[in-house]
Amino acid sequence: MSENILVITEHLQGRVLDITYVMLAGARRLAEQTGGKVIAVLLGYKAQSLAGDFNAEAVHSYDRPSLEHFSPDACLRVLEAEINDEQPRAVLLGHTTLGMDVAGGLSARLNLPLVSQVQRFDGSNFVCQICGGKIMAEGPLPGETALVTMVPGGYRPEDGRGQTPPILEKQAPGLEGMRVRLSHFIEPEAGDVDIAKESVLVSVGRGLQNQNDLETIERLAKDLRGAVSASRPLVDKGWLPTSRLVGKSGKAVKPKMYLALGISGAPEHSEAITGSDLIIAVNTDPNAPIFNVAKYGVVMDMYELIESLSNALEQEAHAA
Amino acid sequence: MNIFVPIKMVPDLVEELSIDPGGAALDTAWMRLILNEFDDHAIEQAILLKERVGGQVTVIAPDAPDVDDALFTAAAKGADRLVKLTGETGSLNSHAAARALAAVIQAEIPDLILTGVQAHNDLDGQVGPLLAESLSMPYIGYVSAVKIENRMATVKKEYPGGLLGEFMVELPAVLGIQASDEPPRYVAFSKVRQAMQTARIEERDLGALDPSGGATVSRMFQPEAAERARMLEGDAGEVAARLVEIMQESGVL
Ligand SMILES: Cc1cc2nc3c(=O)[nH]c(=O)nc-3n(C[C@H](O)[C@H](O)[C@H](O)COP(=O)(O)OP(=O)(O)OC[C@H]3O[C@@H](n4cnc5c(N)ncnc54)[C@H](O)[C@@H]3O)c2cc1C
Ligand SMILES: Nc1ncnc2c1ncn2[C@@H]1O[C@H](COP(=O)(O)O)[C@@H](O)[C@H]1O
Repeated sequence: MSENILVITEHLQGRVLDITYVMLAGARRLAEQTGGKVIAVLLGYKAQSLAGDFNAEAVHSYDRPSLEHFSPDACLRVLEAEINDEQPRAVLLGHTTLGMDVAGGLSARLNLPLVSQVQRFDGSNFVCQICGGKIMAEGPLPGETALVTMVPGGYRPEDGRGQTPPILEKQAPGLEGMRVRLSHFIEPEAGDVDIAKESVLVSVGRGLQNQNDLETIERLAKDLRGAVSASRPLVDKGWLPTSRLVGKSGKAVKPKMYLALGISGAPEHSEAITGSDLIIAVNTDPNAPIFNVAKYGVVMDMYELIESLSNALEQEAHAA
Repeated sequence: MNIFVPIKMVPDLVEELSIDPGGAALDTAWMRLILNEFDDHAIEQAILLKERVGGQVTVIAPDAPDVDDALFTAAAKGADRLVKLTGETGSLNSHAAARALAAVIQAEIPDLILTGVQAHNDLDGQVGPLLAESLSMPYIGYVSAVKIENRMATVKKEYPGGLLGEFMVELPAVLGIQASDEPPRYVAFSKVRQAMQTARIEERDLGALDPSGGATVSRMFQPEAAERARMLEGDAGEVAARLVEIMQESGVL
């Protein structure tokens, strides 16, 4: 048993993902509490240079051609060995497309307790974010070694950056017979617009009742010299292409203005809009979490507001 | 193809959620439960696969308010078997659920298990990977397309920014479904009512639950926003006028 905190770092196509730095920052807090060290674990192939700015006492690197791309099977086997070696106080994984594929498997395989969707630590308590950001739950970090999946929002990525830590090369266990294998990546289709580059986004969520109503939204976006983006449910319904998706599985955006219409503000959506200069949210539910990230909020039927807003913009255009 | 879809009822987030007087759990008294959105996609994906390659779809759920409706709706869409796990569902965290599901499903020799990628209300999470591990199957999640050929699934996994990875997965396997190949089909209520008359829900006893591996909550609370939005009051015309001003002040217009 040690008091160390392991951070399972994430990178994709040669870039470190932000959640890695968020976890390193969280691990630092937790390590201050336990008196242990922060150890960053890096799986990959010739990826050691990615660890140059990790805020950690050490990096444990597993370097192999077969680890070049993420595979849940292989990752599980390597992390099983690493955790058995280190016996840390906690293992932080991303609550992400990578971390979520292995955290549960590790919990079952190693018989370790698991807490998911943790946003921050309060002393040695976890604080996690559930129910689409509407509820926080706090409790003691369980067991002797706890597995934790982390969501962004509790720590600034900047705090997870630091001086070049020493890298320890570790021998990966045998990785034959993997039952899940990547065949290839499929790059996103280039959409007609790149929402990450737009300076005004009119973004619609499930508050939009009807696909035909998108015409009205398009017109509003045009009046504001911006583009239309959307939350996941509208894209899943096929109303808008994936290129317009804002969020964890879509794009992170940072427009001058983000106008959120009928979007609840689930963490998977909100995490991708916090870089916006100005967020205005319109929602019929006064408790919608979107009002926790917006600068201005309006509790109103979006249809009613859109009509008035279009009129006001028209008058404004005439006056100018 | 022997396909299983475990489903879960979750609080409807459109309703107001409140915390019970004990301060460490949701107040369930007035809570409306709906089917986890991703499970709807998992059911759709299962039925699409059955339509393409043949087989049987079993939807399996622990007892919960309104779960019968969700099961019958699945039957109306094309699920062949409905199973309800009854008993002491009070301490059903993800770990206990995964163990209970594994015990029931294992005996049925599954080829494929489709779970939702996530349910929003659990603390310990990851029923799919837990289930996979206890059945010694591989797991992959964030899946938004599935093809089956010769005991091999070809799936598309979502990465941030719209990137996809195509993976080959040996069956039997557990897949965490983020979105089905096609949007979940709509089914008329008359068909659901028909299913209520013709379909049968098999009941299985959950048995003794083992919640180890989960976490204990000492306190639940509503998030304190660092900076909550300034709320604009007035009728639509007034609010719109104020928004135009705000857009001008911030240089958007
Ligand atoms: C792994 C994973 C990845 C995900 N990735 C993403 C992602 O990239 N992007 C994303 O957006 N989501 C993502 N999600 C889904 C996310 O959790 C939410 O389900 C989703 O963001 C909800 O979209 P919404 O706000 O449009 O819908 P809802 O949550 O249903 O909200 C609709 C809102 O509209 C309001 N409303 C209804 N009618 C009106 C009206 N007439 N006028 C005004 N307001 C109205 C309601 O009060 C409600 O707040 C992901 C989820 C998971 C599990
Ligand atoms: N109690 C449960 N009973 C049946 N299936 C569940 C249960 N909890 C989770 N699942 C399944 O696992 C998926 C992921 O949920 P979770 O791992 O709890 O986030 C859900 O979408 C369901 O398919």
